[in-house]
Amino acid sequence: MEDKQGFFSKLVSGLTKTRDNVASKIDDLLNFGGAIDDDLYEELEEILIMADIGVKSTTKIIEMLKKRVKEEKIKDPKQVKAILKDIIIDILSDGSDNNSMELPAVYMIVGVNGVGKTTSIGKLANVYKKEGLKVLLAAGDTFRAAAIDQICVWGNRVGVDVIKQQEGSDPAAVVYDAVYAAKSRKSDILICDTAGRLHNKKNLMDELEKVNRIVDREYPESHKQTILVLDATTGQNGVIQAKEFKKACDIDGIILTKLDGTAKGGIVIAIKEELGIPVRYIGVGEGIDDLQEFNANDFVDALFNDVK
Amino acid sequence: MAFENLTSKLQETFKKLKGKGKLNEKDVKEAMREVKLALLEADVNYRVVKEFVNKVTSRSVGSEVMESLTPGQQVIKIVNEELVALMGDSSEEIKYSKTPPTKIMLVGLQGAGKTTMAGKLGQYMKKQGKKPLLAACDVYRPAAIKQLQVVAEKLDLPSFSMGDKKSPVDIAKASMNFAENNKNDVVIIDTAGRLHIDEHLMDELINIKKEINPDEILLVVDAMTGQDAVNVAESFNEKLNITGVILTKLDGDTRGGAALSVRYITGKPIKFAGIGEKLTDIEVFHPDRMASRILGMGDVLSLIEKAQESIDEKKALELSKKMLKQEFTFDDFLEQMQQVKKMGSISDIMSMIPGIDPAMLKGVNIDDSDLSRVEAIIKSMTKDERNNPALLKNSSRRKRIARGSGTKIQDVNRVIKQFEQGQKMMKQFSGMMKNPKKGKLKLPFQLPF
Repeated sequence: MEDKQGFFSKLVSGLTKTRDNVASKIDDLLNFGGAIDDDLYEELEEILIMADIGVKSTTKIIEMLKKRVKEEKIKDPKQVKAILKDIIIDILSDGSDNNSMELPAVYMIVGVNGVGKTTSIGKLANVYKKEGLKVLLAAGDTFRAAAIDQICVWGNRVGVDVIKQQEGSDPAAVVYDAVYAAKSRKSDILICDTAGRLHNKKNLMDELEKVNRIVDREYPESHKQTILVLDATTGQNGVIQAKEFKKACDIDGIILTKLDGTAKGGIVIAIKEELGIPVRYIGVGEGIDDLQEFNANDFVDALFNDVK
Repeated sequence: MAFENLTSKLQETFKKLKGKGKLNEKDVKEAMREVKLALLEADVNYRVVKEFVNKVTSRSVGSEVMESLTPGQQVIKIVNEELVALMGDSSEEIKYSKTPPTKIMLVGLQGAGKTTMAGKLGQYMKKQGKKPLLAACDVYRPAAIKQLQVVAEKLDLPSFSMGDKKSPVDIAKASMNFAENNKNDVVIIDTAGRLHIDEHLMDELINIKKEINPDEILLVVDAMTGQDAVNVAESFNEKLNITGVILTKLDGDTRGGAALSVRYITGKPIKFAGIGEKLTDIEVFHPDRMASRILGMGDVLSLIEKAQESIDEKKALELSKKMLKQEFTFDDFLEQMQQVKKMGSISDIMSMIPGIDPAMLKGVNIDDSDLSRVEAIIKSMTKDERNNPALLKNSSRRKRIARGSGTKIQDVNRVIKQFEQGQKMMKQFSGMMKNPKKGKLKLPFQLPF
């Protein structure tokens, strides 16, 4: 865990397996020298599905690909890959400037259980602290055993304060306290942890709405962003998660965690395509610096083994 | 609510086959493409789907189907049989060692739910009369040890830890001595989450295994995992030769195809499932039931088992009779809610009933936390009103009920609406449950076409 890797090489090594799995197959396929026919498309479809992009989005992508191949009169199977990449980058790209931030800001970090919310908060706090911003954390996960301790450890590591109450207390009260602390300490950014919750538990989703309302009411001058943390190993349920969380509180962006494994994280393509929610950051390890800004080009390049 | 979406997909597919007198190969191929896509959408791994579909196809084009008068049903039957074959057909429990303590290692990726599962498993075994010890070997994640300690405390179970400065191998070893001295006959070892490609940390698990020689190594897998489930399961199994799998977060709405993938790739049984937020939310995994759930027959056996645990049988029987006759009053509604409350969350229960489409449940929107308010409202109704809901069309009655129960008129309206929707649903059920033989629901292989 100590080896210092550069920004890009980490992304690359994080996505190595992804590349090996997806890209080598694509290359096998496209270098085969065959024709551009139904078999080729079917195999491409399968490869995308294996990357967790999902049947629905994959079908759409393949349709777009077919259309462009026809329009541009492509005959060489090798060119098909470039177009495929192009299409996916297009889906993932977000017109707006991702990380322009207006201060003071409040980040609500939400997601299902075990995706890496608290760890992501630690890393995020580190990013902003390094930028010279005054960061405050709120221990809003009052449900899971020792979640408060966990965020406090991160607070210590990064060197930022954590507003907390006891386990079992009302998360809305913690956030309320944190908002007032952020105001009086003139914090630039308040990052609120929340308890992991499955998106189909109505009472917990209601609680999330309540916490959000408190920020809106008590801290109207802040710029609130709600960030969904998503585990890259998640399959098609990721789309439903995004949908349900979006219903409870507008989701402004995604942190895609655990991209350092063999999981492909292709579900973010489906989410962006269906719901328009962009990826903001990716998590590529357990270290404090293992959080990177998302870049659609790099992501797709790495996915297709084209990183130099 | 795993698999419901797959269920409806498959049903839709086979509806297309229904009208056909005889199938030709093209029909089967088309249906199989639908099956394939449905399984893929459910996150079953591509390799697994491919093989599964091949098997079903080769059986479906055989004469038994072609010459059958109901080829659609025949194909469904084959799909079901192959699914059951794939999932395994009986549940498997923990194998306790003849020379205690029984040593159980929990392993898996980060965030799969190992620590919570350690607690749930401990609680489950304690109920079986064992004296489990929870050993904290996750020295990496901040506060993981504390988490296990808190969980243990909540369950009144002993825990063993040595801080985060000792090696997990040493901690595991020392926990065995501790167990022997304290007469714990089971030790559950909570290990740190790790990536299956992290050689260094995988070696650590191998070393723990060598050192303590565990009776069970259980891979904890998040039910929401996608295609990657096979890679994870394959690596852990290859390195550690796991003895089984625990599926967590099965109470979400994931289709849970990972269950199929993991089972197929490792050949190891799924032993337990985590089904909720509470530390008592664990159940023995029933692969056969899961397979029937895929095909839309619902998890009736689980439902009956749960009901038997907590429901007064007589009352239940009365209620089900009323359901069938569609004489359903507010008193029944309340009664039913109280009974159901004992069984767990309503949405969980509903999800086990065959033929219930989750979309149907959404309109009803049952929230467990609203129950007590509903109770107050119903109790504020007169006897006549409860038996004859039509009386409640009168708005001054509604106002009185709101006052009496300390709620708003909107709340009363909502309850009445829910009741009406419930009545509607009862009507739909009663069509499906025509022959309930004393507590033993028949489970014929019969789909609504």
